[in-house]
Amino acid sequence: MTVNATAPARPRRTRGIEAARARQALWLLLPTLIAIALVAGYPLYRTFYFSLFDANLTSPDQRTFIGLDNFWFTTEDGVAVGFLQDPKWWGAVKNTLLFTVVSVFLETVFGMIIALVVNSAFKGRGLLRTAMLVPWAIPTVVSAQMWAYLYNDSFGLIGRGLLGGQAVLANTDTAIWALIAVDVWKTTSFMALLILAGLQSLPGDMYEAADVDGASKWTQFWRLTLPLLRPALLVALVFRSLDALRVFDVMSVMLGNVNAASTSMTGYARQALIDNQLLGMGSAVSVAVFLIIMVIVVIYVTAFRVKFD
Amino acid sequence: MNLKTANPALYYLQRTAFYLLVLLIAVYLLAPFVWAVLTSLRSPGDLFLTPREFIAAPTTLQNYAQVFSYPNFQRGLFYSLIVAVGSVLVSLLIGSFAAYALGRFRFKGKSVILYIILGVSVFPQIAVLGGLYSFLQGADSALNAAIEASSSGVLDRVLDAFRLYNRPLGLILSYLIFTIPFTVWVLTSFVRDIPGELEEAALVDGASPLQTLFLVLFPVMMPALVTTGLLAFINAWNEYLFALTFTSTNRTVPVVIANYSGATQFDQPWGPIMAASIVVTVPLIILVLVFQRNIVSGLTAGAVKG
Repeated sequence: MTVNATAPARPRRTRGIEAARARQALWLLLPTLIAIALVAGYPLYRTFYFSLFDANLTSPDQRTFIGLDNFWFTTEDGVAVGFLQDPKWWGAVKNTLLFTVVSVFLETVFGMIIALVVNSAFKGRGLLRTAMLVPWAIPTVVSAQMWAYLYNDSFGLIGRGLLGGQAVLANTDTAIWALIAVDVWKTTSFMALLILAGLQSLPGDMYEAADVDGASKWTQFWRLTLPLLRPALLVALVFRSLDALRVFDVMSVMLGNVNAASTSMTGYARQALIDNQLLGMGSAVSVAVFLIIMVIVVIYVTAFRVKFD
Repeated sequence: MNLKTANPALYYLQRTAFYLLVLLIAVYLLAPFVWAVLTSLRSPGDLFLTPREFIAAPTTLQNYAQVFSYPNFQRGLFYSLIVAVGSVLVSLLIGSFAAYALGRFRFKGKSVILYIILGVSVFPQIAVLGGLYSFLQGADSALNAAIEASSSGVLDRVLDAFRLYNRPLGLILSYLIFTIPFTVWVLTSFVRDIPGELEEAALVDGASPLQTLFLVLFPVMMPALVTTGLLAFINAWNEYLFALTFTSTNRTVPVVIANYSGATQFDQPWGPIMAASIVVTVPLIILVLVFQRNIVSGLTAGAVKG
């Protein structure tokens, strides 16, 4: 983390002041640190703790330590109990990964196209820029209901009109693509906004030089725009991927909580935890989701050398 | 320009293709929302019509009347407002303290704290769901025990106000998990951009850090506070997983909309659902359009820089 560059150099005799400043900084940070410990640290610790227990949500005090049995355990009768042995969990993992990869990819491509269009000069540019903000401003639950209506097989513009009365959402295999379309619609504008901000910070004289050298727009895009946008693009990608990996609301609203459990990792964890009241099992699944996401963060950060400062 | 004189046909072809693309993008971005608005203005019986007849059907406000007379929806709006405003105010207050410390002070462990805050902002909410749920329930049963033990009616009411499960206070508290890291991160980057001379002068005059923050930096940071507050408000207003889990009857508006149902599961009242959706969305869209520029700068400070 870089030291604040705008602060003027202080005189040497200020060791006492430095120490005082450090103490003051700690006091200023204290409320935030307490809040984070209370709403993030402590609950996370409890999730890890309960993942090793057989415990019920309604009576967490009556718990028994069972080690990693929530993750993997086969009874003497050969019944698989651990969630890692549950095909439904792996289905949820597969669907979440598919959802993440496809929707983030499409969002990036569409976001790039929209940003490039809005970045060029034409009449009505301001209006399109404004229109871009609309899907982003719509709450996720609302956009999920809007699309559930569009997909409806007897009333929906898409379900009845385009697809001729097919119930797309009734079947998990088709539903996942319908959900991807909703997520892409909702968040492409976010991607486009970030890419647009990146585009507008690019130096214009480089493009003039490229024009003079006779480079085509196509070459300019691949050789100039894309490499220069890389840092902004990567951070946007990381954040969108993480959002997609922890997705819950779109599935829950459009498919219902039961089907959401086989479509998203979060939905599966919530079903175990809240609907089935299995505090131990649900915590174990939550730990798995947490670890998967953390591993992906680390891979992103090291592979692409994403810098956050 | 060169192409316009050299090969007008190709030029106009290119322009036409470009404007078609613009039109396509606009339709893609707006059509679902426009259709939802249209549906909210049609009577439920008209849903069976073909799209063309549907567009031409008479406009009615009956869906809006029905939605506003639905007690759960009214309460949902009320609770959403309390929860979103509450969590934003708390985060802005304590987040600006932290941002000031992180943006201006030099001390050991600063980068560790920044990374912790960044780490919390990539947290999957599900990882704390069970822990928070049992924490809220546990705090409430402790309160219940205290209320039973106390004999004073006033104390009972004071203690009752601190209940967390199914109460706005519990949601405000749990929303801090995403509003605080966000506000701290964005405000820190704003604080860094404020010229240091301002506050150096206050320091020389012997102002305490809190005086400096409130009297010198806050006025300068106003646009940043508004932007950050607005973005945090939008996140809190839209939150669904915690609201669904930590409330049973005092639902916020997204949960009310998600569970808006008719007589049977197969009889979805789409007209009222769309009307309710429009009601919760339009204020956000207006806010976003008014604060367009701030929002884009806030998003890029929050997302692109980290």
